[in-house]
Amino acid sequence: MRFRGSPALRRSALGLLASLSVLLTGCATLPQNPLDPKGPVAEAQTGLLMTSLWVATVIGAVVTVLLVIVVLRFRAKPGQTEVPKQIHGSTKLEILWTAIPIAILVAIAIPTVQANFATMGRIENPDMTVKVVGHQWWFEFQYPEKSVTTANELVIPVGKKVAVELVSDDVIHSFWVPQLAGKTDVIPNRLNHMWLQANEEGLYYGQCAEFCGDSHAKMRFRVRVVSDQAYTAWVETRLAQQKGLPAATDADIAAGRALFEGQTKVKNSAGKEIPKVNCASCHAIDGTTAKGKTAPNLSNVGDRNTVAAGILENYGPDGKFDAALQAANLKKWIRNPVSFKPGTVMPSHPESKLSDTELDQIVKYLQSLNK
Amino acid sequence: MATVAAKTLGFLPRPTSKTGFWSWVTTVDHKRIGIMYLITAFLMFLVGGTEAWAIRIQLIRPDNDFVSAQTFNALFTMHATTMIFMAIMPLLAGFMNFLLPLQIGARDVAFPRLNAFSYWSYLFGAIFLNSSWFWLSEKGVPDTGWFSYANLTSLKFSGGLGPDFWTVGILLLGTGTLVSGFNFIVTILNMRAPGMTLMKMPIFTWTTFITSIMIIFAFPAITVALLMLLFDRQFAANFFNVESGASVVFWQHLFWTFGHPEVYILILPAMGIISEVLPSFSRKTLFGYNVMVISTAAIGFMGFTVWSHHMFAVGMGPIVNTVFGITTMAISIPTGVKIFNWLSTMWGGQVKFTTAMLFAVGFIMLFTIGGLSGFMHALPASDAQQTDTYFIVAHIHYVLIGGSIFAIMSGLYYWFPKMFGRMLDEKLGQWNFWVMFVGFNLFAFPFHFLGLMGMPRRIYTYSSNMGWDFWNLVSTIGVFVLAAGITLFLVNFGKTMSKKMDAPADPWDARSLEWTIPSPPPEHNFDKVPTVAALDDFWYQKYPDEHHKDLVRPATPVDAHGIHMPGASWMPMFLGLFNTVAGVGIMMHSTVVLAIGLVGTFLAIVGWAFEGDGGYHIEVEGGH
Repeated sequence: MRFRGSPALRRSALGLLASLSVLLTGCATLPQNPLDPKGPVAEAQTGLLMTSLWVATVIGAVVTVLLVIVVLRFRAKPGQTEVPKQIHGSTKLEILWTAIPIAILVAIAIPTVQANFATMGRIENPDMTVKVVGHQWWFEFQYPEKSVTTANELVIPVGKKVAVELVSDDVIHSFWVPQLAGKTDVIPNRLNHMWLQANEEGLYYGQCAEFCGDSHAKMRFRVRVVSDQAYTAWVETRLAQQKGLPAATDADIAAGRALFEGQTKVKNSAGKEIPKVNCASCHAIDGTTAKGKTAPNLSNVGDRNTVAAGILENYGPDGKFDAALQAANLKKWIRNPVSFKPGTVMPSHPESKLSDTELDQIVKYLQSLNK
Repeated sequence: MATVAAKTLGFLPRPTSKTGFWSWVTTVDHKRIGIMYLITAFLMFLVGGTEAWAIRIQLIRPDNDFVSAQTFNALFTMHATTMIFMAIMPLLAGFMNFLLPLQIGARDVAFPRLNAFSYWSYLFGAIFLNSSWFWLSEKGVPDTGWFSYANLTSLKFSGGLGPDFWTVGILLLGTGTLVSGFNFIVTILNMRAPGMTLMKMPIFTWTTFITSIMIIFAFPAITVALLMLLFDRQFAANFFNVESGASVVFWQHLFWTFGHPEVYILILPAMGIISEVLPSFSRKTLFGYNVMVISTAAIGFMGFTVWSHHMFAVGMGPIVNTVFGITTMAISIPTGVKIFNWLSTMWGGQVKFTTAMLFAVGFIMLFTIGGLSGFMHALPASDAQQTDTYFIVAHIHYVLIGGSIFAIMSGLYYWFPKMFGRMLDEKLGQWNFWVMFVGFNLFAFPFHFLGLMGMPRRIYTYSSNMGWDFWNLVSTIGVFVLAAGITLFLVNFGKTMSKKMDAPADPWDARSLEWTIPSPPPEHNFDKVPTVAALDDFWYQKYPDEHHKDLVRPATPVDAHGIHMPGASWMPMFLGLFNTVAGVGIMMHSTVVLAIGLVGTFLAIVGWAFEGDGGYHIEVEGGH
């Protein structure tokens, strides 16, 4: 069952509101705007929202007009001494303004029930399934049918019904991509279900919508919607990488990988050999010895549009990917993560711990993971 | 008038001072307790307002660093907790305390000492919770939200004292509230003036009655939840322990079983105030009194059937969500009836725009906006886009400031002469209203836009490319204007209190019993127990019409011993204090402090039971 309200009316209403909001914000773009839906789930939800907004606006206008009439017409006039007629009520009127709201509510309940069943819960016959796992403060995305895992940037094909399963690894979060689908909570010990579908290719903004501790504000993500072919190719690349990441020909990249995997050793004060750094104890990279599970999987980190769960964007205002910007983002993040994401468990790496050269090498390695 | 001491039966003497600081500490007079509630709660309102101001400064521009993430989270947690439990509820409790006995023609509430205990529980609970700012322990201020969803509140994710402060604090505050609920119900059912049947009670008394019933059903749910959380954190219980297989959604059901009735607890008495003010300044009786009573009761009942609409995103599925969506939509019916009845009350009247009336008319406007956005969240599929965004923030501020606070301001201007014997300055009052009205809308209306532009709640910062800069700036400017409006009230209060007491008994030509006695009322309220023959009895005594000419009035009861007044007592204050000490002991894991608290609590109860009768009689000329 799908939402059946008049699509033309809905579109024009949405267009009007979207342009109004653009006007109101001084022509700024609104990347996370639920009033600009790009998929059937968000369209049904926002369509209902707009219907109810119009109903509310009309009722509000009626009350306002009545209030203004009362205030203007029945002001006490100077010299008025007679006692106004004490009216105790009017059964007719009171039945009337009980019945009219009931009629309005019944009318609005019909599309509401339709939209509820169209958008909520498990979907029959999805084209594919992804699993969202919430962590403080990042999202893990698994493709159970393909045994692929990624983080903070969900890649899906355009026009496909995507069933989404959601569960949390720690506290409650909420998964929200305003232009594709409203919120579904991501809860520990509970597998939730929703679905989404994108009509157009593009990069969609998402954000955690349930307060989840210190860096709740910084728990963001993107949904990258690509063509069917591009999606298939992306999955093939993931599966190929899982068979083994080829050794780098570039010396810097190889050095960066060694650092990442904890193979570059130094002596500690007791004279014992310890890894210089060991990113792999928390992070995983497919096809390498990095198998950490507690932090985002970085197998395709060089290919992602953001660093640090949607916070630092690797593209300029024109929306074009910028490798130099990505390198700078990765560096400032690795140097001092807590300044971007208070409370994060990722340790900071000051120069005393990681020289500029070594940091460059790690970043080059990460940027090489761009397929 | 002569005062005669009654004989003392118990062995502990009771305090007898009638003036000075200690007479206020030991008072059991509902009027004094009401005033203490109002003043304390207004101070807490300023504390919560300061927290709001800090929140708005942080959000004035993107990537701001006025406060840290953790401080911001503590600020919004304490802002909501303060405003709900320590400002709005006790402000309304202040009105209930002061007015309830006066409106029903009684000389006090049914249990005067319990009434004092409610206040002291509130005061010490409020001091306790707010002291968390000054303990300076790591993560010491509650920062898990006023809803404090499990399992963010577990020791694993919130190791500091924050959730302990919150749990114990709300338990202390809730104790006082529950006691008040019982006290008011008993008072209303047993102590009405002769002839005042339930359907002749003033409407504010009715809303107090329904609210009290809601309190005694709603608060046990949160009390249970809080004790579970306390046990989880202090004694390693597993109620919300995910590792042991607990369902964290269980907390949400318990919390909102309390939490949704709570919002009606915050708004029904406010509606009661409006329903008193509008008739007085329209010179007309309340339109549809019977329907207003029934709709209040209906809202009170339906308020318990809608809690899961706070949880539409939890994944309960379309069937459950649809059921709760429909029950929620249904609650807008009695609410809408009220709005139209208020409009009809003014229709055909002689509307006089005193400050109290301006706030009441402002209430109708703003509460309608808040109610309509509330109706929008009732549609589950639409709510999926609205929940946890600033659209909800807009809604709650329209119902709680535009609704509750505007009604409270209206009530303050209206009953101030009765409480303090002085009339607040009307000229300053008009400024007060308009600055608050403009400031509030500037502050809260942009939240609608921000929500529809996708800004989530409870985020301590945002990026500049999200398009949210402009309306956040406007809102922060608004908060300064709103603060200026509230400052005008403080100025007015200060100015008025320095004047001499000259308010007449019935300055507004009003309708209920509290206006038949001097301003401020004597300690025994009524020289002669009033008798009631009709709704708005006092009005028809002044302006008899054909329906109210020859009303048959019950006989005034005669008490040969004069007016009996209850004695003052130290025990309510001690009981509230030592309860709080015990709470501190639990939180600090200190056996010594806990023991002091429990022994003190026990002694206070013993003292309560065995202190002397201590009442006294007042002889009034021609009275009784």
